[in-house]
Amino acid sequence: MRYISNTPAQQREMLATIGVGSIEDLLSRIPAKARLSRPLSVPAAMAEGDLVRHLRRLSSKNANADDFACFLGAGSYDHTVPSPINHLISRGEFFTAYTPYQPEASQGTLRSIFEYQTMMAELCGMDVANASLYDGASSLAEAVLMAHAVTERNITVLSKGVNPLYRQVVETYVEGPDLRLRSAALGDGVTDLDALRKMVNAQTAAVVIQYPNFFGCLEDVKAVAEIAHAAGSLLVVAADPVNLALLTPPGALGADIVVGEGQGLGVPMTYGGPNLGVFAVKQELVRRMPGRLVGATVDLDGQRGFVLTLQTREQHIRREKATSNICTNVALCALMATIHVAIMGKVGLRKVGELSAAKAHYAAETFGRIPGVKLKFSAPFFKEFALELPKSPDRVVKRLLKDKILAGVPLKSFDRAYKDCLLVAVTEKRTREEIDAYAAALAAAVA
Amino acid sequence: MANVPADLRYTKEHEWAKLEGDKARVGITAFAQEQLGDVVFVELPKVGAKVTAMKTFGVVESVKAVSDLFAPLSGEVVEVNVELPKKPEVVNADPYGQGWMIVVKLANTKEWDTLMSAADYDKLVAAAGH
Repeated sequence: MRYISNTPAQQREMLATIGVGSIEDLLSRIPAKARLSRPLSVPAAMAEGDLVRHLRRLSSKNANADDFACFLGAGSYDHTVPSPINHLISRGEFFTAYTPYQPEASQGTLRSIFEYQTMMAELCGMDVANASLYDGASSLAEAVLMAHAVTERNITVLSKGVNPLYRQVVETYVEGPDLRLRSAALGDGVTDLDALRKMVNAQTAAVVIQYPNFFGCLEDVKAVAEIAHAAGSLLVVAADPVNLALLTPPGALGADIVVGEGQGLGVPMTYGGPNLGVFAVKQELVRRMPGRLVGATVDLDGQRGFVLTLQTREQHIRREKATSNICTNVALCALMATIHVAIMGKVGLRKVGELSAAKAHYAAETFGRIPGVKLKFSAPFFKEFALELPKSPDRVVKRLLKDKILAGVPLKSFDRAYKDCLLVAVTEKRTREEIDAYAAALAAAVA
Repeated sequence: MANVPADLRYTKEHEWAKLEGDKARVGITAFAQEQLGDVVFVELPKVGAKVTAMKTFGVVESVKAVSDLFAPLSGEVVEVNVELPKKPEVVNADPYGQGWMIVVKLANTKEWDTLMSAADYDKLVAAAGH
């Protein structure tokens, strides 16, 4: 950020230009009681060395994933971020606040986005992926809007297995266009198919499930697809692309739109964002897809090149009839994912999935042997599971912090029905020592 | 003289309508397709959809622009040219023939008289600098 000076002389010049006597005059319309009557209590300026020391001291109060064993998940995961990612994205050609889309000037950027789209489409088992949206939650909300536009139907059925935070974002999005949402209940950790079947009808635009769902459990995507398609509805699946290297991709199981949070693909957790919204569709839906899309073409000399394509879907051309208000993407996070997938390769990505699943199952078994502790659900899970505890999950979390363990996410704040539950995520980064230390600390905490 | 068949009626948004009993066949004019350039995509309503005179019923997209399609007449869509999404270039090649878009069962036959005659539409096109 460039420093823009604002000296008293410049202030006088600006005030003279707009014909105001003083800055105080500008503020005179704000009621006195709404204004701070004393100067802000900002400490005096510090020398750079002092300031850095001060900030370090403040940041060391955070329990961060470098110093703590992180079992937090619920949408953001502590997966490995290989060091080449940071080096490559720091290149000046990529590391800019603005994403240059002009084909004449930006073949490298466009190419990297094209590769990203190809990788995401393949992981999701879909035909086309866009250049990314903001995060998993807004991707899902866009998918719901899109399903309404495609089917010209008014109701979306959302499984209660979908991340509650995502569901809140969807609720916000559908308020304006006045679309309706219905919640499909869970059976033992996964969507109750009989209940779902009764809810889905000729008014249903889409059925939305998460795979694995918020509680880590694996939904029967194929069965849900059959229910949705029998009623002429679309199936929207929210998925973590990290897991899709190992799981059958939703596209192969009947999904019409696949969205997801791509953070686990080489994007650090950074206290919850920026994240990476994955969005992929079947070919026949491509003209209804929101967001930017890079395509491969040939130039006048027949050489391969990359350009933004199908821009007539977008707001800067289609105005109020655009497929979405999103005319941008998270290019840098998409680049991180692209580099991550390229470094990991097919074998590496699978390994991440295998290790995460194996370690999660070892942890679940170990924790489940502690008296009073049990797995909340018996449905198959992937890398995340809900524990039911005999003591307050909040207090258990606090207790384990002392052992430098981030034990998980208490589910009380999402749903009172799960007030005794703790959601635990295990990635490939967790070691056996960390899991065993967790088990020992948990046993002591609930004893 | 532009290509403006005398037996059709027209809108100022450059759609044509052809009366077929109590129905009307609808498309865009030769002038419209010329102005648009190569048509790459046509989005049409489904059979059974209701259209209203001078309200949009679909979208035509060319390499240069995206334009709304305006229904010349009100009624129910009883036929849709399903070939167009697959072969949008037909709109350029044969706008008054194979490039037709929808057939509307008229809700109000009197609306027919509100449409422009070929002579009036020809004047409009001429005034547009053709």
